[in-house]
Amino acid sequence: MATQSLVGTKNRSGQVVTDPWKMMHEAERSPCFFTGSEVIKEAIRRANCDVMIAYPITPQSEAAALIGELFAEGFIGDYFRGESEFAVMSQCAGAAFGGARVFTTTAGPGTMRAMENFPMWAGARLPIQMIVTCRGINSPLSIQPDTLEISYLLNTGMLVWHAETAQDFYDWILKGYMVSEEPDVHLPLALCCDGFFVTHTKDVVNLTPADMCLPPYDPYRSPVPCMDMECPPVRMMRDPFVMKSNYISYATHASWQQEVWAAVERSRKHAIRWLDGLIEVDRPDAEILIVSSGTAVSQGREAQALLEEDGIEVGIVKVKTLRPWPEEEIRQATKNAKHIIVPEFNVTGWLAKEIRATIPDADRVYAGPHVCGGMTMPPEVIAADIKKHLGIKAESLAGRGS
Amino acid sequence: MIKRRLNIRMSGLGGQGAVTAAHVLAMAASRDGKFAISNPFFGAEKRMAPAESYCRIGVSRIYDRGELVFPDVIEVFHPQVITMGKSYTMPFYSGIKENGVVVINSDVPLLSDEDVQRLKDLNVAVFYIKGTQVALEVAGTELSTNMTMIGSVAGITKCVSLEALEGALQERFGKKFVASGGTATLDEAIKKKFAKKEMLLKKNLETVVRSYEMASEWAEKNNVELAVAAA
Repeated sequence: MATQSLVGTKNRSGQVVTDPWKMMHEAERSPCFFTGSEVIKEAIRRANCDVMIAYPITPQSEAAALIGELFAEGFIGDYFRGESEFAVMSQCAGAAFGGARVFTTTAGPGTMRAMENFPMWAGARLPIQMIVTCRGINSPLSIQPDTLEISYLLNTGMLVWHAETAQDFYDWILKGYMVSEEPDVHLPLALCCDGFFVTHTKDVVNLTPADMCLPPYDPYRSPVPCMDMECPPVRMMRDPFVMKSNYISYATHASWQQEVWAAVERSRKHAIRWLDGLIEVDRPDAEILIVSSGTAVSQGREAQALLEEDGIEVGIVKVKTLRPWPEEEIRQATKNAKHIIVPEFNVTGWLAKEIRATIPDADRVYAGPHVCGGMTMPPEVIAADIKKHLGIKAESLAGRGS
Repeated sequence: MIKRRLNIRMSGLGGQGAVTAAHVLAMAASRDGKFAISNPFFGAEKRMAPAESYCRIGVSRIYDRGELVFPDVIEVFHPQVITMGKSYTMPFYSGIKENGVVVINSDVPLLSDEDVQRLKDLNVAVFYIKGTQVALEVAGTELSTNMTMIGSVAGITKCVSLEALEGALQERFGKKFVASGGTATLDEAIKKKFAKKEMLLKKNLETVVRSYEMASEWAEKNNVELAVAAA
């Protein structure tokens, strides 16, 4: 890797450029008790970012404001506020075309508003990292967590990862750049979490040293021509691609779309290495498995403990990456499961649908419980749903003490 | 009753510092070597609208997050939570566990006979504290009301030490803190109430201690035993 030669040198803010694998796996960590937003700031402090573009929308506003502080401290090359989320994502594209390591954050309606840009980013092979702090997108308005927006991102050609905790978030922001900037990947990453449950929650997170940072982005590792004085931006969108209706144009579009998705597939090996697998399994031999992503995994872990008190053994499968989709891993992990429970923070159950489409005997999948529009998912509800599904009498949760 | 995990729900109104209170309490618990998680729950921010926050403290890693549906302790920061239903659950004590505690900031009793009976059936103790008055007396500003709520729950359950609370307050108010615009404005407002930052910290801590003592005394007198196991 060309940037390896910079290891040991200092960046503009005096941090030592460190071998990323050593920084993430060997460097001493110190615990902090921070909100997820503060953790995003700390990850970006160490990410050697060139540009961050912001637009306020709850629940990502705190993170965006905190990164503004980082800019003031000299850790970000440039930082500004766009006119809207659509503008922000377009401006991110411009910065990435220009060879910058770009970071942005969005949420809910902002993600939806900017949607046109995401397949464009992927098609243009721009390794932008976008934090998605999921919230409700529908009317009536909700600023509370709801993961429906992730389902819209799944077919954009972006890498889509779903963090469970602030610790995941911290590690994956930094590791995310390492995966998405690989020449055989070179795709944008949507790093998602459930807003509030991660962004506004204080939790213990172990940080790498603040005086170490990632090597800078090297735009000449891009698989498509990097925009510079030899290759001005107009050539990226040159007329044959867009305007003409002929054999070459059709062939270009078709083959390029396949190439984007092939790049998503090629990210698999890097993500497996950096994230220590695309899924994480706890008690693989259990007949009942909770398979989920994001905060629903955490709630599942609590439900697992509750059910254990009743002598019911439950395993957990945490899905870390949604794109690439861990098809083979999920098939293997659920091989012996009799009941596959998929709790989700959205009304449609998109994750359950993906899992059903992946495994044999899909009627083993129980899609639920579902909460949406910002509702919380108490572990007691997951435990009660599992009992009900198994035909075990469960204590009624209605009334909640009344 | 000594619990492996103590679930605390704080129901307040926007601007009262319920979010800050839960964070400070969790920061203190973490300083004491316990496991803790705190998070808020509110709508698009506005003063006097319902705002809740949750603090979970325990002896093992806590995964559970989000709205606390089954709390051990409920703290009511403002009478309107009860009188005007400014709460995410109706009634405000919905979901409270048996042998739990309700802390209410009010000069006068607010519960109906039916509420009193229901809470009694669940063996839930109710502690009224004139929190706003204590804040005005000790700190000279009602903006410190949230400190009385921190002191109350700490005094009754001893879930955090006063030393850890002092450290947490220092961590929260001793340096620049970036959050939402609303929180930043309130931070500025409370800083203006005191000549110096040290004064703000001192007065707030004194408010915590005063309410801690009041709550401790009440719990002792009424044999209320609700605590979290040692770290």
